[in-house]
Amino acid sequence: MSLKLRIWRQADAADKGSMVTYQLQNVSPDMSFLEMLDVLNERLTLDGEDPVAFDHDCREGICGMCSLVINGVPHGPEKATTTCQLHMRHFTDGQTIDIEPWRAAAFPVVKDLVVDRRAFDKIIQAGGYISAPTGSAPDAHATPVPKADADLAFEAATCIGCGACVAACPNGSGMLFTAAKITHLGLLPQGQPERNTRVIDMINAHDEAGFGGCTNTGECTSVCPKGIPLETIARLNKDYRQALRAAS
Amino acid sequence: MTMTDYYTLGDPVADTKAPDGPIETRWERRRFGAKLVNPANKRKLTVIVVGTGLAGGSAAATLGELGYQVKSYCYQDSPRRAHSIAAQGGINAAKNYRNDGDSVHRLFYDTVKGGDFRSRESNVHRLAQISVQIIDQCVAQGVPFAREYGGLLDTRSFGGAQVSRTFYARGQTGQQLLLGAYQALERQIAAGTVTMHDRHEMLELIIVDGRARGIVVRDLVTGEISTEFADAVVLASGGYGNVFFLSTNAKGCNVTASWRAHRKGALFANPCYTQIHPTCIPVSGDHQSKLTLMSESLRNDGRVWVPKAKGDNRVAADIPEDERDYYLERIYPAFGNLVPRDIASRAAKNVCDEGRGVGPGGLGVYLDFAAAIGRLGRDAVEAKYGNLFEMYERITGEDPYSTPMRIYPAVHYTMGGLWVDYDLQSTVPGLFVIGEANFSDHGANRLGASALMQGLADGYFVLPNTIGDYLAAGPFPKLDGENAEVAEARKLVEDRIEKLLSINGDRTVDSFHRELGRIMWEYCGMERTDAGLRKAITEIRELKAEFWQRAKVPGDGEGLNQSMERAGRVADFFELAELMCIDALHREESAGGHFRAESQTEEGEAERDDERFSYVAAWEFGGDLPVLHKEDLTFEYVHPSQRSYK
Repeated sequence: MSLKLRIWRQADAADKGSMVTYQLQNVSPDMSFLEMLDVLNERLTLDGEDPVAFDHDCREGICGMCSLVINGVPHGPEKATTTCQLHMRHFTDGQTIDIEPWRAAAFPVVKDLVVDRRAFDKIIQAGGYISAPTGSAPDAHATPVPKADADLAFEAATCIGCGACVAACPNGSGMLFTAAKITHLGLLPQGQPERNTRVIDMINAHDEAGFGGCTNTGECTSVCPKGIPLETIARLNKDYRQALRAAS
Repeated sequence: MTMTDYYTLGDPVADTKAPDGPIETRWERRRFGAKLVNPANKRKLTVIVVGTGLAGGSAAATLGELGYQVKSYCYQDSPRRAHSIAAQGGINAAKNYRNDGDSVHRLFYDTVKGGDFRSRESNVHRLAQISVQIIDQCVAQGVPFAREYGGLLDTRSFGGAQVSRTFYARGQTGQQLLLGAYQALERQIAAGTVTMHDRHEMLELIIVDGRARGIVVRDLVTGEISTEFADAVVLASGGYGNVFFLSTNAKGCNVTASWRAHRKGALFANPCYTQIHPTCIPVSGDHQSKLTLMSESLRNDGRVWVPKAKGDNRVAADIPEDERDYYLERIYPAFGNLVPRDIASRAAKNVCDEGRGVGPGGLGVYLDFAAAIGRLGRDAVEAKYGNLFEMYERITGEDPYSTPMRIYPAVHYTMGGLWVDYDLQSTVPGLFVIGEANFSDHGANRLGASALMQGLADGYFVLPNTIGDYLAAGPFPKLDGENAEVAEARKLVEDRIEKLLSINGDRTVDSFHRELGRIMWEYCGMERTDAGLRKAITEIRELKAEFWQRAKVPGDGEGLNQSMERAGRVADFFELAELMCIDALHREESAGGHFRAESQTEEGEAERDDERFSYVAAWEFGGDLPVLHKEDLTFEYVHPSQRSYK
């Protein structure tokens, strides 16, 4: 198939950037979206042009590094699918495809389609952990965890930290990411001692990092490649209120 | 050419830190014998850790907790993205929660045997002992392992093990363990004991007065080259499977950190030991950029087959039962579809070589769930494997419930790596190597669910205890850029970048990498021969020369330049590839993942030669003529035997 690609090109953080059009022929429907960009970059390289910079690593949907807005949707048209797992068979011959970076105040563009997502690490630093220094652990069976809690915690813990939720949110909020971690740790008995301080510290770090507030539009969960449910945000709100009450 | 045209023989190498005496007490005695660092002195000591996977992330966090000043580096945009995250199956531990006869000794025994008697007993025993603590540690951190209804941890039997000792978190165990280590690391970053340098790549090792004292790194965003100093350097930079271009590794995985250290004097051990995983999704075309693993657990219920006739192009459903060859069940009636990885992989290659492969290019075999669906029902199969079936359909566009999956082997893990002693210290004083980057615990073949165990054992428990013995002599004299050895390391990096950018040829770096991968897969993959390896060495040398004449590396060194990053990594893969082939050529026996066609039993199984090859091959860098140092392996507790799965 042949495609018309309109790709965001931006030399560096200071550059204004613009959409640039490329024609690409002989695209196989079995290619992944990133392999299609590899083909484009091989051609640009041989033509003496600057290849398109984009983030990617595992290419199997788990590292969370790939991050493209495809025709206006983070990670593209397929539900619960990262960009690297999206295949060209979901596009049609002659189609025009817009490719842009995550756009959010907290994720400044580094170059072309590459953004800086260290703001997520800042949120984790504020309390997204259980303090258990190496060597201090009791036997793993000392504290049973009800299976239902363990399963829910696991579901929340599958967040890959890609940032699609932020890119999709009209407020540029990182609440789904934050809520996933609050839910994961807050459901486990090991996470109880720090439960109140964790939620307050993480919310503060979230706001300081430049993410917007949550207005429950639900765009985040609809683009989430791991299907992190919106209920995690309800759980975060509940924990937050409880923590504020406990503090006052 | 004779063998001596490929390498020379050096003095034997010995593990001077290995304790003797009863194996159960060796680790305890080594810890007691190791010097301690006074708590007040720890904050005056700096340790560099390169890589943030299970080994590097857990090591950096733990060293920070101990009070050392830690500088951590990764090439990704966040430490959470290291490729440990992609491990699916699980992590072994000798907890014996099932009361099914497991023990530290049994895990030790299985690992030594699984490694085909090419690993060190002392190291493996320590690994089995520590496995128990790892599970405790991870649960305390909140790793959401699978649990039973009573709230206790679930386990499964994995990779042909006869006991149920594999702890797991659905098909995402690596992700959950890595996030545990990452969170511990972020906690230390917040506490100020660890400084994080993401999007930084190590390009050279700095050795001053014979000690590893730092690294030269490039900031991948600004392009700035800087020299970073420490009292010790820890490499946790992973394996080198991407030398094959196509592998299950992440695209960024590379050998550069290890290779630069090797060039500076660290011995590289057993580079030819690579693990080829039997159940990956086959290549779909020339555009293929990586291969995706399908969990080995699929072989519990899937039946592997190919058509009996060569060149049978009918779709699977049209091939009647009596025209199918369930070749694993036929050749290995006792283990059937559950034979170990190396055996399943080679059997797939053999049937494809006979012209009986299926799918594009005839490089695939069927993994069929029709019988399981008939026996258990579709719902039960979906409950067990639903997420894997979805993943398969997403990539191939085919529905595995109605048509058999196609699978083919792919490079997955590298058992070889930098040589380390019992303390995990390389032959360069002050340079420690942990996780997949070292060679020590898996011998010639790694068992399923043991990579996660080793990465975390090294990072949480071994290194933080052994590095103190070295650091007790520190802090070492302050360094700056004026130092001649520092300036020289920096210049090496700058010159190399300039050289890569100045070639300005007419062929892309990826095209060279693909061709290198093809040579390696063909001649240094599942089956190796004397003639093939000699041919490969010649072809690699020619291709390497062409690379430095014709590679096109666009852009400049200022700022983000992903093409240049790849070019540097591919240049190092060329040199590694030569050494892998030389190692494979010299090892005229079959062992684990290394199958030499000349060394097989009458039934076509791998045949070890313990008389001649019961040693670790530790290579010293020597350009075209590396130097071989042998470390003899002795077995006091597990008697070497020929593996049999018939």
